[in-house]
Amino acid sequence: MNKWTRRSFITTGLLAGGGLMVGVALRPGNRAKGLAQHVTSEGETFVHTWVKLDANNVVTAIVPHAEMGQGVGTALTQMLADELNADWNLVKFEEAPAITPFANHPILKGMLPPGVEIPEIVVPTVDGLLMRTAQALNLQITGGSMSVRSTGVYGMRVAGAAVQEMLRLAAAEAWQVPLDQVVARNSQLIHEASSRTEPYSAFAAAASEMTPPSTPQLKTPEEFTIIGHHVERHDIPSKVDGTATFALDVRLPNMLYATVRRTPTFGGGIESLDDSKARALPGVVDVIRLPASKAEALVGNFTATESVAVVAEGYWPAKQGLDALKIVWSETANDYVSSASIFEQFDRDISAGVDREVDVAEGDFEATMANAAQVIEADYRAPYLAHTCMEPLNATAVVEDGRAEVWVGCQAPLPFRQAIADAMGFDAENVTLHNCFMGGGFGRKSRADYAIQAVQLAAKMGRPVQLIWTREEDVRQDFYRPAVQSRFRAGLDKDGNLTAWENTYVDKHEPVEAPLIPYTPLTASNIGYVSSPTHVPFGAWRSVDHSQHGFFTESFFDEVAVAAGQDPYEYRAARLADKPRQLAVLRKAAEAAGWGAPLGEGQGRGISFQECFGSIVAQVVEVTVLDGQTQVDRVVAAVDAGIAVSPDGLSAQIESGIIYGLTAALYGEITIENGAVKQSNFSDYEALRISAAPKIETHIINSGSAIGGAGEPGTPGVAPALANAIFDATGFRVRSLPINLIDLDYKVEDVVTPA
Amino acid sequence: MTVLTVNGVKQETSVDSSTPLLWVIREQLELTGTKFGCGIGQCGACTVRLNGTAIRSCLTPVAAADGQEIQTIEGLAPSDGALHSLQAAWIKHQVPQCGYCQSGQLMSAAALLESNPTPSDEDIDLAMEGNICRCGMYGRIKAAIKTAAKAGADNTADGTADALTIIATAKETADE
Repeated sequence: MNKWTRRSFITTGLLAGGGLMVGVALRPGNRAKGLAQHVTSEGETFVHTWVKLDANNVVTAIVPHAEMGQGVGTALTQMLADELNADWNLVKFEEAPAITPFANHPILKGMLPPGVEIPEIVVPTVDGLLMRTAQALNLQITGGSMSVRSTGVYGMRVAGAAVQEMLRLAAAEAWQVPLDQVVARNSQLIHEASSRTEPYSAFAAAASEMTPPSTPQLKTPEEFTIIGHHVERHDIPSKVDGTATFALDVRLPNMLYATVRRTPTFGGGIESLDDSKARALPGVVDVIRLPASKAEALVGNFTATESVAVVAEGYWPAKQGLDALKIVWSETANDYVSSASIFEQFDRDISAGVDREVDVAEGDFEATMANAAQVIEADYRAPYLAHTCMEPLNATAVVEDGRAEVWVGCQAPLPFRQAIADAMGFDAENVTLHNCFMGGGFGRKSRADYAIQAVQLAAKMGRPVQLIWTREEDVRQDFYRPAVQSRFRAGLDKDGNLTAWENTYVDKHEPVEAPLIPYTPLTASNIGYVSSPTHVPFGAWRSVDHSQHGFFTESFFDEVAVAAGQDPYEYRAARLADKPRQLAVLRKAAEAAGWGAPLGEGQGRGISFQECFGSIVAQVVEVTVLDGQTQVDRVVAAVDAGIAVSPDGLSAQIESGIIYGLTAALYGEITIENGAVKQSNFSDYEALRISAAPKIETHIINSGSAIGGAGEPGTPGVAPALANAIFDATGFRVRSLPINLIDLDYKVEDVVTPA
Repeated sequence: MTVLTVNGVKQETSVDSSTPLLWVIREQLELTGTKFGCGIGQCGACTVRLNGTAIRSCLTPVAAADGQEIQTIEGLAPSDGALHSLQAAWIKHQVPQCGYCQSGQLMSAAALLESNPTPSDEDIDLAMEGNICRCGMYGRIKAAIKTAAKAGADNTADGTADALTIIATAKETADE
């Protein structure tokens, strides 16, 4: 029987047909509190990143991350192929199957042919990032802009380098020549002195017998030939001819369709249901009440309340049936909660400051404020936001004989599998999950509520069911980017230097460093938060806490610069003087944007700086405000992600993050009325359209620092850069979002600039 | 009974005539390249062409398409193994991210170029305003439409050759 050893790092196996398979296993070392539950279990072995080499000399990277548009498969495969010296045309990738490594070697069932022995190899030093890598790999979570900087750095590159060394060794032995004379190049092994050239695949079998090197030699950045170079994404051709399969496109024999409505007021339930009209409609097969469900998720557990589904021969009759339901929702304690009452609560809780938790407290804040020549104060607010992925939530399921098979697009295949198993009372081994391309994810598809509903319906019907949420349900039953209020006080000395910075905000999620500012020196600072819980479900939303705090801190810091009578860019630059890498990014954005160049009537320019998810981004926005209408003309971004593995992919992610953040800054607001979400669809929860899209220029800096994330860092900086540009254009300081709710034409006359 | 010609093939369907065309295309004809996004004609993911004009199939009752010519993304390429100049340009500019909206984007762009082979920025904005891309690839969409328009303007031979080379490379990589 196959056996995983406790400390496997790099593992090999022979594939049927003589191919080679290599895995990288990450062993959890210290059992950090909180992470241990995710990364340790009886087996302790993580085996997720795999390389296959087949008899046709084709390398397959098996990528443990989900594709939601970010090009992760291509970027990770680049990292593997580069270290392997592979021919890019002989490389492909697959997404890893959703199978857990926790139980008794179930991974072997899906991944390895029988009879493979796994050699034990020394594990490298385990540090913090590696722990997070292990967590992400273990749960197959795609989020936190982690894939390239964790899996890529610790998995793909190491695996590629190890395989390359093993193949060279195998060739050297076969040819009886010194190892250092064997060159691996373009998927060929070459011995020049004897004019011998053979494909990698010729030595796959021999290599699989070897003990892999535990610390293979990795390339230096100067040696990269694929990393940092432009390659076309593998998934794109299928996305221009309609053949890419999203979960919505799954077609099973005898399949029914369903759509669903959940209690609109969060925490509520169903008082009564009259489904007689729905059942009478042609094509409607059944109306089913689904129980509440709960599951553990990456960022906090969640509960989804009761819902009603209409099952029919097609989506359309199901939707007609849904509209024909007469549902009386039960009264809840939250029926009178509104956005206004929530912000009143935030305001009250910040003022009361009860049990305030401190992120950072340095120096004597009150004493520094007492000595300040100038004090400024402001409150900032950001609303709830929905994710509105292009692809409405959907899942397809079959349940038979105590087993479920599910097709879904999700950011966390293993937690989904577990959540489904828990909801159905199955063992996880009896749930097979097929992860499809996601039509957007942005954090929403890390919650398994919709997949659970589909499985519950399939179990009831005894037939395959495809559950498709209406867009209205998608908007009203999200896990929302939370509304936040932040209260600032700052003190300046007589020369305009910032000496004291205080920020008290409500509720903290992650990343923990989101509310911090990078600027120094400061005599005193105090950043902290109070708890102010609401009934609105929390969800991670592209860049998570950075999305609000980026707007707050970079806008208020702009207020400080203005109060000091100084240029907002130069004021920032002076306070990044001891951080050359950060300063270079700020300078690049400002210089590329032509900071200081004259602007036309109604135009303004604003800047922001953000460091998050391991990357540094500075943005300059140019805006025109005429007759109260805001047009974003241009965004210039500079980004340092250490090394841009896929430069065009990084640019695309920054462009994408900016438009996502701009949609939120200009239009994004989920309003709570009577405890429920008011908005319903793109008609009242707008997305930025092509005519409003600015010209975006992305400038990449390859500093050579540790590789950073790409999916999220572009998002937080655009709102403050835009708000600062609007101030530059109009003298009006935007302190709450979205901007389209502000009458800039009216208020421009009334504005009082900070003293 | 409704009779449609979809991508040149005559199709019959007996679903209720008020059923939106989108669901007939996706469920009865199993052409799943056309997507559901909002159901109220706001996002454009369901865009197909009805007698050449870009329409929102989520709002169009199948009865309105009776006896008409429908083109979906599956029928955009001139023939098997070849791509429409827009598809080639989409690959060249690496337009799609999640890709979910792109069938609709391409169908709107195809209708635009057919009626206006050399669109200005404003023409593009006007024609593409109804297609939301939540990944925010608007700059690339605009650039790709211009590339395709230029390939068309350069008149067949050169433009087509370029496009086909781009595709051949991309396809080769993808098929491995």
